[in-house]
Amino acid sequence: MDILGTLQTLWLESGFAAFFMAGGWKNLVMILIAFVLLYLGIVKKFEPLLLCGIAFGCLLSNLSYFVSLGDTNALYHPELWAEFLDTASPYYHSYGHIMAHCGLLDFLYIGVKAGIYPSLIFMGVGAMTDFGPLLSNPKSLILGASAQLGVFVAFFGAILLGFTGPQAASIGIIGGADGPTAIYLTTKLAPELLGPIAIAAYSYMALIPLIQPPLMKLFTTEEMRKVRMEQTRDVSKTEKILFPIVVSTFVILLLPSTAPLVGCLMLGNLFRETGVTDRLSDTAQNALMNIVTIFLATSVGATMTAESFLNIKTIYIIVLGLIAFSISTIGGLIGGVIMYYASGKKINPLIGSAGVSAVPMAARVSQDVGRRYNKTNFLLMHAMGPNVAGVIGSAIAAGFLLSIFG
Amino acid sequence: MDLVNLQVGQAVRIALLGYGVVFLGLLMLMIVIMILGKVMIASRKKAETAAAVAAPVKEVPAETPKAYAEGSAGEIKLYDTDPKDAAMIMAIVANKLGKPINELRFKSIKEIKE
Repeated sequence: MDILGTLQTLWLESGFAAFFMAGGWKNLVMILIAFVLLYLGIVKKFEPLLLCGIAFGCLLSNLSYFVSLGDTNALYHPELWAEFLDTASPYYHSYGHIMAHCGLLDFLYIGVKAGIYPSLIFMGVGAMTDFGPLLSNPKSLILGASAQLGVFVAFFGAILLGFTGPQAASIGIIGGADGPTAIYLTTKLAPELLGPIAIAAYSYMALIPLIQPPLMKLFTTEEMRKVRMEQTRDVSKTEKILFPIVVSTFVILLLPSTAPLVGCLMLGNLFRETGVTDRLSDTAQNALMNIVTIFLATSVGATMTAESFLNIKTIYIIVLGLIAFSISTIGGLIGGVIMYYASGKKINPLIGSAGVSAVPMAARVSQDVGRRYNKTNFLLMHAMGPNVAGVIGSAIAAGFLLSIFG
Repeated sequence: MDLVNLQVGQAVRIALLGYGVVFLGLLMLMIVIMILGKVMIASRKKAETAAAVAAPVKEVPAETPKAYAEGSAGEIKLYDTDPKDAAMIMAIVANKLGKPINELRFKSIKEIKE
């Protein structure tokens, strides 16, 4: 037995050797990026439930796939998915081909590609969300709509920077501040940008307490911020049960492309409100949500290969994402200011910024900023109205973009 | 229209249309929810009125005052604790236990200094 030869083969097949071969340095950079993301998730607690999984998926993908070594041991195969999306390829949209050659993360990614995970996450979100504040003050929906401004401004900005229409639509939806919606739309329209878009969406969501307060101060006066809102009416159980049925029927008939997201969101909410499906509600908001979060985060992270991530487009996406978030916040605040005057100064415009979705963090920011100016003010429940309206608003925005570019 | 390589003018039109569709969709949903709310409030009032009419008029015995937990009315002792903090702590405890605050008995609250 040639011990030296065997050792040499082992060395040449190892990832350590691959770092010194063609393109290997890029893997090293991606591994460092994964470490930074892990740090942000674990130490800084930036959306840790998602970011830890995304970072580790990125790490696994870049540890196991090297251009110079081939794809024998890879957990994720970018070239398989390139064939899957290539209309000229015999394997166009062939899940069978993927399954026959896939690694573990390719297999998990099928759930993202088919739009299953984001929809199931939405079911969990629905099961966790109390739409009572929205029902007691339906005008909140206007704030949820105003706060989608960033989606379309960022879309336009992306076109100016040379992105294609479907790519610009996927970048714009970051402004909806809704991770599952961003992932769902991007997988359908521009899967090549999934990694950077998911990172941007979840990072900025975690940074909402830093991004929003300066804008809230800039677009409202002290007098506005001090407004104490009156308690809203009680919502009956029957109304809460009818709500998911009415919204599903209405929104899906209006925009059929929203069916997977809105349908699952409202199904989860129906489980919560019926009072006879507590076990299903519990599963949707805990066990199922946790399982799907693991699969979703890890497989989205796996798409962050060096080839797809290390380019100027990623920088553009990060910048456009920040613009999208900020403009959406400004849109919600402008809507809030308009409602402040329209209501005879009874509505505190700070609740407008909560229209960016990101439940419940954006509502908490409204509460915190409001209390800074009036210690007796409790805006949380008032802000939850626009907050959950933002979820529906971003799903409608995604549905619109999907119907145009899908 | 070439939706992949969009011109600036086309992008503006799509952005405006999209924002309009989101607004219109949520505005219509708001109207639907408002109508639903009005119907629910009206039917609740109707049911309450019908119940009040149907109920026979009889003398209502004076309600026996509910026995509150002893010590809930001002007997709590505070050690190095601000009354506002104490009120907040009691409210949190009541909320966590799912019991009305006036049915709980707080004897004392003391700040533990390490």
